[in-house]
Amino acid sequence: MGEQVIKVLLALAALISVLTTTGIVVALIRDSIKFLEEVGVTDYFFGTKWTPLAGGDQQSFGVVPLIYNTLYLTAIGMLVAVPAGLGSAIYLSEYASPRFRRIVKPIIEVLAGVPTIVFGYFALTFVTPLLRDIGIDVSTFNALSAGLVLGVLVLPTIATVADDALSSVPQSLREGAFGLGASRMQVAVRVVFPAALSGIVAGVVLGASRAIGETVVILVAAGQLANLTLDPQEQMQSMAAFIAATSQADVSTQGVEGLTLFAVGLTLFVMTLLLNSISIRFVRKYRQVYE
Amino acid sequence: MSVAEAGIARLAVERASRGQQVKDLIFRAALLLSLGVGFITLGVLLVDVTLDGGSSLSWDFITNFPSRISPERSGVQSAVVGTLLLMVTTALFIVPVGVATAIYLEEYADRDRWWNRLIEVNIQNLAAVPSVVYGLLGLAFIVRAPLSLGTVVLAGALTLGLLVLPVVIVVAREAIRAVPSSIREGSLALGATHWQTIWKQTLPGSLPGIATGVILALSRAIGETAPLLVIGAALFTRFNPNDVTSDQFTALPLTILRFVTDADSEYQTLGAAAILVLLAILVVMNAGAVYLRNRYEQKW
Repeated sequence: MGEQVIKVLLALAALISVLTTTGIVVALIRDSIKFLEEVGVTDYFFGTKWTPLAGGDQQSFGVVPLIYNTLYLTAIGMLVAVPAGLGSAIYLSEYASPRFRRIVKPIIEVLAGVPTIVFGYFALTFVTPLLRDIGIDVSTFNALSAGLVLGVLVLPTIATVADDALSSVPQSLREGAFGLGASRMQVAVRVVFPAALSGIVAGVVLGASRAIGETVVILVAAGQLANLTLDPQEQMQSMAAFIAATSQADVSTQGVEGLTLFAVGLTLFVMTLLLNSISIRFVRKYRQVYE
Repeated sequence: MSVAEAGIARLAVERASRGQQVKDLIFRAALLLSLGVGFITLGVLLVDVTLDGGSSLSWDFITNFPSRISPERSGVQSAVVGTLLLMVTTALFIVPVGVATAIYLEEYADRDRWWNRLIEVNIQNLAAVPSVVYGLLGLAFIVRAPLSLGTVVLAGALTLGLLVLPVVIVVAREAIRAVPSSIREGSLALGATHWQTIWKQTLPGSLPGIATGVILALSRAIGETAPLLVIGAALFTRFNPNDVTSDQFTALPLTILRFVTDADSEYQTLGAAAILVLLAILVVMNAGAVYLRNRYEQKW
């Protein structure tokens, strides 16, 4: 009897995680519906002007610039994080001595544990002035500096997942290639890398999903204006940064301005959920092959 | 094949392999360089913050309240108190819930049942939800109805707790799994019930691992800015909250954000000093985790 009660209590605790997901979905959808009823589906998804907090005629709810800026900043980040993350992973798994690995891997984990506000400070007060010093004419808030730092921020995610994937490639494949006279680079690039590809893709997708959802670096260093520009020297605003900035801006909770938070939140949630499912699928694929 | 032809063939092979050696060297250098991106940034970042903020760091800085008018007399007391309160309250929430979930999934759940697989997939997905979205969850249901707590420490702690719960669950499950089944079987053979075995054998054996996971989760929680911004916590306050269910509150990341985004460069310097305070707290926590792991971890 007592044993049954305990089992039920434990199951209830496990249920909290399911309730969390349900809560997120309900909260986002409930207010997004109210928002879309007021603004209109087409104006939101296809509008090219995002000025939800402006007054009167200037107010406009087109989410395109916000999504564009989010993807643009993520792209800059990935230009840094993919080569650096994969390079680090290949070195750790194919070249590093066990001792080197033991020292270096924890340091990469330290990088992953630095609070994002610290990266925001670094982007604003170090990287932006540095870019100016080397002759790139960025404004005080700009996409380039925020995007580059965003890349360093997601680098550990990509490096860790890719390293796991590379390390799980069976040793026999490497030995076979070495036996045929292949060099270390040929083994790494032509044998191990392709064999671990699905795990590597999983890491890159997970990294992209982190970058899309990252808030503070962009809030601090990229500015507060969603901007349909190609110029990385100008300011930009991502979806997550908009949510954080607007919740500080004292908008009325019942007005349509307050509802934008949830509409943008739902858009962001769906994008990261899609990327995460893709990533999980790829991880399963390589596990099935080698374990 | 003439001798000359053989020589030429050998030369070609040698040249190819010398070319390959050069390529290998360049490749290796490029890999080291990419490893350097993370390392150099981490190093430069730490040195930069220390140089910027080190000189403003003093006991007064930690005990003073922030001031809008005078940077010299500004401090971070309310932010440090807020962060410590958040940490304790979050721990009181995630330890029982996280450990109970881990025990359920490892010791009770039948993986052939769809609802148990649903819980697992769900936890995996929750781990990748952006933290700002948790802020919206906290705003919609914890700050506002049905819980209607308002913007108080408890609301912040519950929001952060839901955010880091997947970390606790994943690490606690690993720790429980690491306890060998021979221990359980021995206990059951001596007549202990399933729960007695868990409570007296499995849990004590997995405690160091669980504690490490909880510390990891808490250090992630106190570094978070976005969820607290979204639930409406203050960027800085001139008082400490009296308790966790009333009063406005602030936390270190929020006060750092306030300082860093100030146009006055003296406040930006204070931001760097406040970052050093936050990093010091995180270093102490992580050192604690490493110590626990080395001191108490059992080899079975």
